[in-house]
Amino acid sequence: MTATVTPSSGHQAGAVEKTDNGGARGRRFLPRIPDRIRQGGLPYLLLLPAVVLELLIHIIPMVIGIWVSFRQLTQFFIRNWGNSPSAGFDNYKVAIDFDAPIGQALLHSFLVTCAFTVLSVGLSWLLGVSAAIMLQENFRGRSVLRTIFLVPYALPVYAAVITWAFMFQHDNGVINHVLHDQLGLTDKPSFWLIGNNSFIALVIVSLWKSWPFAFLMLMAALQNIPRDLYEAASIDGAGIWQQIRKITLPSLRPVNQVLVLVLFLWTFNDFNTPYVLFGKSAPEAADLISIHIYQSSFVTWNFGSGSAMSVLLLLFLLLVTAVYLFITSRGRKGSDV
Amino acid sequence: MSSPRSPMAPPQSFLWTRRVVLTVLAVFALLPVYVMVSSSLKPLQDVSGKFQWFPTNLTIRPYFDIWKTVPLAKYFLNSLIVAGSATVLSVVIAVFAAYAVSRYKFRGKRTFTITVLSTQMFPGILFLLPLFLIFVNIGNSTGIELYGSRAGLILTYLTFSLPFSIWMLIGYFDSIPRELDEAAMVDGCGPIRALFQVVVPAAVPGIVAVAVYAFMTAWGEVLFASVMTDDQTRTLAVGLQGYATQNDVYWNQIMAASLVVSVPVVVGFLLLQRYLVAGLTAGAVK
Repeated sequence: MTATVTPSSGHQAGAVEKTDNGGARGRRFLPRIPDRIRQGGLPYLLLLPAVVLELLIHIIPMVIGIWVSFRQLTQFFIRNWGNSPSAGFDNYKVAIDFDAPIGQALLHSFLVTCAFTVLSVGLSWLLGVSAAIMLQENFRGRSVLRTIFLVPYALPVYAAVITWAFMFQHDNGVINHVLHDQLGLTDKPSFWLIGNNSFIALVIVSLWKSWPFAFLMLMAALQNIPRDLYEAASIDGAGIWQQIRKITLPSLRPVNQVLVLVLFLWTFNDFNTPYVLFGKSAPEAADLISIHIYQSSFVTWNFGSGSAMSVLLLLFLLLVTAVYLFITSRGRKGSDV
Repeated sequence: MSSPRSPMAPPQSFLWTRRVVLTVLAVFALLPVYVMVSSSLKPLQDVSGKFQWFPTNLTIRPYFDIWKTVPLAKYFLNSLIVAGSATVLSVVIAVFAAYAVSRYKFRGKRTFTITVLSTQMFPGILFLLPLFLIFVNIGNSTGIELYGSRAGLILTYLTFSLPFSIWMLIGYFDSIPRELDEAAMVDGCGPIRALFQVVVPAAVPGIVAVAVYAFMTAWGEVLFASVMTDDQTRTLAVGLQGYATQNDVYWNQIMAASLVVSVPVVVGFLLLQRYLVAGLTAGAVK
């Protein structure tokens, strides 16, 4: 519960003598450490390496990224990008001009990403919660299943996704073999990695990769539900389905809120899956925003435009996160940071 | 592990649902693994033709060929160095930072934690571009070639492993009773000794979890690896693409190589999953 912590909470200090920083009553902040240590620069010293690196890898690059988004930075200026001509808001104007090709493609890619994210996150949650509930009780084979479910999570992304790419091959893939040759569900073998089907392929691979994480988090959360709740419900005559509906699912709410946000951010930003599945340029139906920006920057070498798109993406993510945190923390008092 | 949920035995409807759901999920989870293993044991003409559920001509040739078709051993070493260094660096730096945040009150603490938390949600592509430009610039002006070097790649990997490590370790250190290190300091330990003799040993499961997770993420990273490496520093993530040539796609070798690069992390993960699961949930679910 650090939400109450502000650097200027000094007005409590008067209550207790001989304390600095006013944190005297707040037991969370080491009341019994000698004052000289608290007053010293030790915490800053401990933080120094982390702060320097944060500046180096996050803050400065972000500032440069924003700066570049206002420049006309193409391949001719890469060696000397400090001197690239200013572009004003042109990169942004082009990016959000939805009638022109670049803006249109960006909007399309954004919408594809939204649809992809909603589907993948929703289904991941559904599979995760089903698996967690089904494995809540102890039975023979439980730990084996638990290990099996974690395999997609443990495999390196590119090794797993390249296998999926193999499975989706037109002539020698297992998917067409089952759907066409064995079950006869399709007239002829489908193309999965080009055309409209590529969206389905992408969702399936993403789902396969992310549901085990939902399962992991939800399973841990289920173990914190007190057993007596179920016993009491059972004595009152509630069947197992009712218990799941009335006890299990409501107890998961706080975890679900964290989980959905984390899954959303991961899935929305995912680069690895589409890149390994489709390569440098994805088919239009599966053109996720991260690939799209990569393509604009490193394939067509327009860094200014790519940066502007990155900044827009960032603003969107911040907005969504803020709204989400606002909605989910309403009615809950004292949320974590 | 857990006691039965209720005194009543679950009804048949639940048991059947459970059987069906769990079977479907297990098949879904393992299907690619089966394809990977079985295809890695087939000769090229078999993986190029119609898919066969069971290899008719078993061979272990692909496992020898993978090292020759592409310099897999070199990529392996690169991945090991880059992922290993990024992991060690971020965990060590994060231990200090998390200790400061967890045990001290100081100005700027909230700014620091919020910065760390928020950079975790930013897409990698956001940092890729500017880091690329910075590396090019440093190379031009000082002659230090970060672009294409292992050191440069390690630095870019910190963009995701450092905030994650700091964030998880703060949660972990918070769960260790303060009384422990306070007592050590009352006994005359300095704060740094208290950190290493009391807090770090008590947090071993959390530190292991963070390290495993950071390593796994770095081992599977594709974005930075595909832009920031050259022939000499290529990691596995990019190197596996080498099995697809203009004439042939050596699917059997791709599957064999995928299996070989997966084994270290999967084994590590399964051995340490207890810590990892506990660590992940302690940090995230609190």
